[in-house]
Amino acid sequence: MLNTWRIVLALLMLSLLPAKAQERFITLASTTSTEQSGLFGHILPLFRKASGIEVRVVAVGTGQAFAIGMKGDSDALLVHDRSGEERFITDGHGIDRRDVMFNDFVLIGPRLDPAGILGLTEADEALRRIAATRSAFASRGDDSGTHRMELRLWSKAGVDSGARTSSWYRELGAGMGATLNTASGLDAYTLADRATWASFKNRGPLTILMEGDAALFNPYGSILVSPAKGRHIKAADARAWHEWLTSPDGQAAISSFRIDGQQLFFTPATKPRS
Amino acid sequence: MAYDLWSALALAFALITSADAELLDIVGLSLTVSGSASLAAFAIGGPIGAWLAVKAFRGRQGVLVVVNALLGLPPVVVGLVVYLLISRSGPLGGLGLLFTPSGMVLAQIILTLPIVIALTHRLVMPLWREHGDDLTMDGASTIRCIRTLLDMARVGLVTVYLAAFGRAIAEVGAIMMVGGNIRGHTRTMTTAIALETSKGDLPLALALGLILIGLSVLVSAMAFSLDREKRG
Repeated sequence: MLNTWRIVLALLMLSLLPAKAQERFITLASTTSTEQSGLFGHILPLFRKASGIEVRVVAVGTGQAFAIGMKGDSDALLVHDRSGEERFITDGHGIDRRDVMFNDFVLIGPRLDPAGILGLTEADEALRRIAATRSAFASRGDDSGTHRMELRLWSKAGVDSGARTSSWYRELGAGMGATLNTASGLDAYTLADRATWASFKNRGPLTILMEGDAALFNPYGSILVSPAKGRHIKAADARAWHEWLTSPDGQAAISSFRIDGQQLFFTPATKPRS
Repeated sequence: MAYDLWSALALAFALITSADAELLDIVGLSLTVSGSASLAAFAIGGPIGAWLAVKAFRGRQGVLVVVNALLGLPPVVVGLVVYLLISRSGPLGGLGLLFTPSGMVLAQIILTLPIVIALTHRLVMPLWREHGDDLTMDGASTIRCIRTLLDMARVGLVTVYLAAFGRAIAEVGAIMMVGGNIRGHTRTMTTAIALETSKGDLPLALALGLILIGLSVLVSAMAFSLDREKRG
C-alpha cells in the first residue's frame, strides 16, 4: 500500500513539472467571433512564422476581454466595442488603440419573417417592427460587443428596455453560437456578427433578413495592455503582434481569410462588397 | 436525432482512425489534467478521509457535514474562485498559473477533494468499527491504523478514485474559466465540445462526446485490471 502511495506521489510531482521549456508567447484576450470563425487559425501561424511568437487566444465576450485586460491577465486585446475601447484607454488600462479590420452585423431571423423585415434598409425600422409584432428576439445579454451594439440599436429605434418584455424578448446571457442555436430552436430574430454567422452550421430555419445598413458597421480594434500592470506583461512581444496586425503583411493575412470563398474581415485598405 | 447519432458515430470513428494530431493533443491534455488532479486529490484526500474515521474529536460531525455538502460544489464557482486567486492581480498571481494546465489541475483538485474525503470516510468507517479494537490493542499509532485500514479498503478505493476522475474529466465550468480554452494549449475534450456546440457543429460535438465516454470506459477498465493484478 505504501508503495502505491509512493508511485502516486511520484507521478504527481512529475505532472506538476512545467510540461515544456518556456516558450515565447503572448496571451491575447479576444472575442468569440474572431476565434470561432477560424480567423485566428488562419493568421496566427503566419505571424508565428514571421516572428517566432506564439499567440495564445482566450476567446470571450468583449466585456470579459476588457475585464481580463484590466486584471493584467493578457498582454493585448482584439475586440469590437469602440466606446468601450476608448474608455479602457482613458481609464489607464491600455495604450495605443488601433483600427485593425471591420465587417458588419446582420439581422438574422426565421425564413417566414413574421415581423416582415425582409427588404428594409434601416436596422432601427426592422427592430421597431419586431417589437410591434412582439416577434421572438434572442438577445446575447452577456455584455459582449454584439450585445452592446444591439442595445445601441434598440435605443436608436426608440424601443426602451421597459418595452422589451420577456414574453418575446429573450435575454440569454450566452455567446454568439449558443444564441444562434437558441434562436434556431425558437424561430427567433437575433443580431449576429457576419463572421460567426458564416461559420455557423446549425442554422435550421434561420437566414439573413437584413444587412447593409451603415449602422451595422462592426470595427475591430487592437489595444496593448498597459505595461504598468506589472513586469509580467510581455510588452515587447505584444507590440510586435500589434505592429504586425496593422502592417501590410498582417492586413494582407486578414483580407485573405475566406469561408466558402467569402471574405469575412476587411481592412481599411480593402473595400467591402457593395 | 437517429441520423445525428449515426453521423456522429461515423465521425468519431473517422477521427480516431485518422489519429488527428489536434484531437490527440486534446485527449492527452484532458487525461493529464484530470488524471493528475484526481491522483493528487486521492493522495491528499484518502488519508484525510481515513483519519476522519479513526480520530474522534470535537467538531468532527461538523467537518463531515461540510465535506459532504461540498460533494455538490459547482465547477463554475470553483473556477471563479481559483480564477480570482491566480489572476495576476490576485494573491497567487505571481505564480503565473492562469490560463495554464497547472492552474486547471489546481481547480480540479479542489473540485474532487471532497469526493475522495467523503467516500473514503464512508468506506473506512465500518472497517474501523470492526477492527479498531484489535488495532488499538496492538498499540498501533494513528498513522499505522490509517495505513492498515486503507490497505484493507483497497478494492473500494478504486471506485473512489474513479468517482474523482469521472468528476474531473466530465466538468467544463472550472477549466473553461481557469484554462481559457486556448487552442493548442489549454483546450480539453469538454471545452472543445462546448466550443463545437456553440459553432453549431453538433455532429462533431457529439462525436467528441462519444470519444470522451469511450475514454472513461477505458480508464475504468484499466483501474479494475490493475487492482486484479495486484491481488492476483
